[in-house]
Amino acid sequence: MNPRIEVVAMDALMLRLFDRIEEDNLPWLLAARQRIVEAFGAALLDLVPSYTTLMLHYDVTRLDLAEARRRLAAALDGLRVPEDDGGARHTLPVWYDPRVGPELTRLAERGGLEPADVIRLHSERDYRVFALGFAPGFAFMGLVDPRLAAPRLDTPRQRVAAGSVGIAERQTAAYPLVSPGGWNLIGRTPARLFDRQRDGYSLLRPGDRVRFEAIDHATFLRLGGDDTPLAPTGRAAA
Amino acid sequence: MSGLVVERATPLCQLQDAGRFGVRHLGVTQGGALDWVAMGWANWLLGNPLGAPVVEVALGGLRLVCQRDACLALAGADLQARLDDQPLAPWRHFAVRRGQVLDFIGPRLGARTYLAAPGGFLAPAVLGSCATVVREGLGGLAGGGRPLQAGDTLDWRGAAPVAREMPAALRPDLAAPARLDLVVGAQIGGFDSRSLFDAFNADWTLDTRGDRMGVRLQGPVLDYRGEGLVSEGIPPGAVQVPPDGQPFVLLNDRQTIGGYPRLGALTLLAQARLAQCVPGERLRLRARDADSAQREHRRYLERWRQV
Repeated sequence: MNPRIEVVAMDALMLRLFDRIEEDNLPWLLAARQRIVEAFGAALLDLVPSYTTLMLHYDVTRLDLAEARRRLAAALDGLRVPEDDGGARHTLPVWYDPRVGPELTRLAERGGLEPADVIRLHSERDYRVFALGFAPGFAFMGLVDPRLAAPRLDTPRQRVAAGSVGIAERQTAAYPLVSPGGWNLIGRTPARLFDRQRDGYSLLRPGDRVRFEAIDHATFLRLGGDDTPLAPTGRAAA
Repeated sequence: MSGLVVERATPLCQLQDAGRFGVRHLGVTQGGALDWVAMGWANWLLGNPLGAPVVEVALGGLRLVCQRDACLALAGADLQARLDDQPLAPWRHFAVRRGQVLDFIGPRLGARTYLAAPGGFLAPAVLGSCATVVREGLGGLAGGGRPLQAGDTLDWRGAAPVAREMPAALRPDLAAPARLDLVVGAQIGGFDSRSLFDAFNADWTLDTRGDRMGVRLQGPVLDYRGEGLVSEGIPPGAVQVPPDGQPFVLLNDRQTIGGYPRLGALTLLAQARLAQCVPGERLRLRARDADSAQREHRRYLERWRQV
């Protein structure tokens, strides 16, 4: 790790901790985040973690650039990773089915697998949440088994149903809200991923550990899932 | 009894405030008034907190019917506002009487104007702010991200405002050509020298493709030859350069993370000025260091304390 501090705006600094995406980055990013929150207090407007970086948006009426740099350097001094980095554990139930996961069959064919293998490989490991972005509560997770890795769709769908579970390259995610999207969809979760009425709003947070659990259609419906099918190609609108 | 009834609106007529903070790690964007300077003055004219909820009107198309006598304020673009048959100039407060109609016809100078009411318009705080973000379904009158529409009723917090006059010399000059200060970013070395020269010496034209997430600048193609980026947090006012070489300025409703190289980021004052540019308008970018931009920003905020 070779931390670098960059000025990215008159009111923002980028802390660059790593050059490449690795699962091992996360504990360091989380530890740094904690220290920065404490060091900046109310002067921190926002702190945006991503795969290799933390972006600090600070209040220039409270801190000037030199003071912001000083606090950031001090926060990183002697940074250590705790034994337990504190990420919560979640199990997300998923109904894996071509009716709601139109790319399930294609991903199987691509990897020389049966659809049942895709389901098994996707649900048999823990994923970590690298970052949230794209939409409220949209968690980028990884890494999926290399046999499941697939590029995004050439033509993104104009409408992806809420709860849709997808794969893009070696990452997986679930869409919290109806939105456009280009990920390969393999199933749907009935879990409410983002709820502005709920304490904490987003079910998943950076650093959390997530495992998917295959459920059948009846269980999906009982848990409140919406089984309205999706169009198989990206061109059809809702 | 309500204060104003919306008789006609467009999707660009929205309740806004200073924006939503402390939730960007959850993928929730900042939102808030695009021209924070004009919002600040609109509120200042009535003695409100500077970030109190206002109505942001972009390009016109809003008609409101007053339900009771009140004092309101307007700041920002000249959208040919009228109170019944009387023209209403921005940068001042004005009295309305029950039954009068407030109309915003269309842009004469600038793009966005801000209507303030005593104490600020009433709207539920969602994740700490009433800022309308349609894409995320957050903010606005009912909290679900809907812009204003016909039939909505607006009300406000306070009763008798502390109406103040704004010295004419302090009005932002929206007729002057836009010169936007930009704090250069760390990827600046990845652009070839010709592109860097062009970035700060060419005329840029504001594209018609644009919304509250961002606006595109048309002009010379900027050539980025540096390494690809892993997605990272996007700073306010970021000027991204996608592979087509046409810069894209990210505004308040931008996505929270992204991976395009950046020329840098506009200063807060430049972001406010850009919010008043209309499609087709020409503008220039000017390199600026973060320290002097911060000092200028603090000096600007002093005006609201001293006037």
